[in-house]
Amino acid sequence: MIEVKEAGKHFEDKWILRRITFDMSRGESMVLIGPSGSGKSVLLKIIAGLITPDEGYVKLGSSNIGMLFQQNALFNSLSVIENLLFPLGERLGLYGTEARHQCAALLEAVGLLESADLYPDEISGGMQKRLGIARALIVKPEIILYDEPTAGLDPITSRLIADLILGLRKKEGSTIITVTNDINRAYQLADRIALIARNTMYIGGTPDDVRQSRDPALKQFIYGLKDGPLNQPGHLT
Amino acid sequence: MSIRFQNVTKSFGLNRVLNNVSFEVKTGEILFIIGKSGVGKSVTLKHIVGLLKPDSGSVSIDGTDVTKQSAEQLSEIRLKCGMVFQRPALLDSLTVFENIAFGLKTVQYAVKAGKELEPKELERIVTEKIRLVNLGHELPAILDKKPPELSFGMQKRVSLARTLAPHPSYLLFDEPTTGLDPITTNAINDLILDLSRKLKVTSIVVSHDMSCALKIADRILVLDKGAILALEPASEIRHSRQPLIMEFLKEEFLKGGAPC
Repeated sequence: MIEVKEAGKHFEDKWILRRITFDMSRGESMVLIGPSGSGKSVLLKIIAGLITPDEGYVKLGSSNIGMLFQQNALFNSLSVIENLLFPLGERLGLYGTEARHQCAALLEAVGLLESADLYPDEISGGMQKRLGIARALIVKPEIILYDEPTAGLDPITSRLIADLILGLRKKEGSTIITVTNDINRAYQLADRIALIARNTMYIGGTPDDVRQSRDPALKQFIYGLKDGPLNQPGHLT
Repeated sequence: MSIRFQNVTKSFGLNRVLNNVSFEVKTGEILFIIGKSGVGKSVTLKHIVGLLKPDSGSVSIDGTDVTKQSAEQLSEIRLKCGMVFQRPALLDSLTVFENIAFGLKTVQYAVKAGKELEPKELERIVTEKIRLVNLGHELPAILDKKPPELSFGMQKRVSLARTLAPHPSYLLFDEPTTGLDPITTNAINDLILDLSRKLKVTSIVVSHDMSCALKIADRILVLDKGAILALEPASEIRHSRQPLIMEFLKEEFLKGGAPC
């Protein structure tokens, strides 16, 4: 469903990402972890087609992509349900009763039906995240990209959001990539975990592989150790 | 002499966020305030510096009731309290030196210090604070850099240096590690612990992260439904059987005992 080959991106003379290569099959869930500023969100935007890579390529099995942005990027002047009606009309040309019916069904699935007529600044941060997820999903995307879906939320709400993402994925069979710094959410969401650090990608394997890994870079990141290969020059191997 | 909340109640519309909350922060301690999103943790911090006023009850700092002070008097009280925001909140158009020196050039600070600072004294204080936040190895080049040229972790440290510059007695941290990767999270927590002990300041940290609280807090206050669910030493919270606290503790278990 997703093929990324030797992808790279630089801003001015600084390479942010180099030699990123991986494949994902339909329905798979990959989580990207890595130090702040390592290029995780840039990679997500390259896959979404929002940023063009300077080398290599990305091939997608579908052009129907949904994306949750880190700051949700909701329309504050539209109500909760209007935030879903808008992409449905713009992208799928669906309006009227059928559109409202689909939006209401999804709002119910994310627990926001009773808040349908409120505005984003009238609902909590966790509810805004759920609305952001619903908006990414309303066009029934085959590929969904989540940028920090639980950042800033308490762990209990975070677990619920991750359960929601997994439940919706099971229902729709979508392929998902999630960027997060929350290791517990990475374990919860991933079929495979990849570490992005020092410009490149290191596939760590399944959550169990990562938990048991003796790889110094992975251990340094997961356990937040001050010293390790992530502080040293050169590329990870 | 410390911070004391007495029967504080605060509502926003029909939503009662704090309901008759009373507690005292001990001098020199690190107190973590933990709770779910929207439970009133940041609201509590804002009451300390007078950014919010309670509907009823009082908040006092060193015996002075913050809720009854004029704007001018509040400025003096705020000099005692260094606030560290979730995002670094640096001024992007100013250099690192100018950002840290900013608070030292205010009229309030000049009044407190008895005079305006000489450029050499200003430079001494700024350099000292840069070293305190473990950025000494970046001196002197870092002084002329602007925030966008620094990594997020470095921006957080510069922001902390700016907070420390006027020598506050209290450090108030609003989710200092939210959204940070584990390495930066650990570094910031070590810094909070180190500075609190070294400078003998009282620190209040609002956070979601129980692992960090267990690692560096002296006491942990758990807020739930407008009230204090627990206020106990970290060593006791670890063994709590309260369902909500156990939910927070579960995160540490899931990490497999990893340090925060």
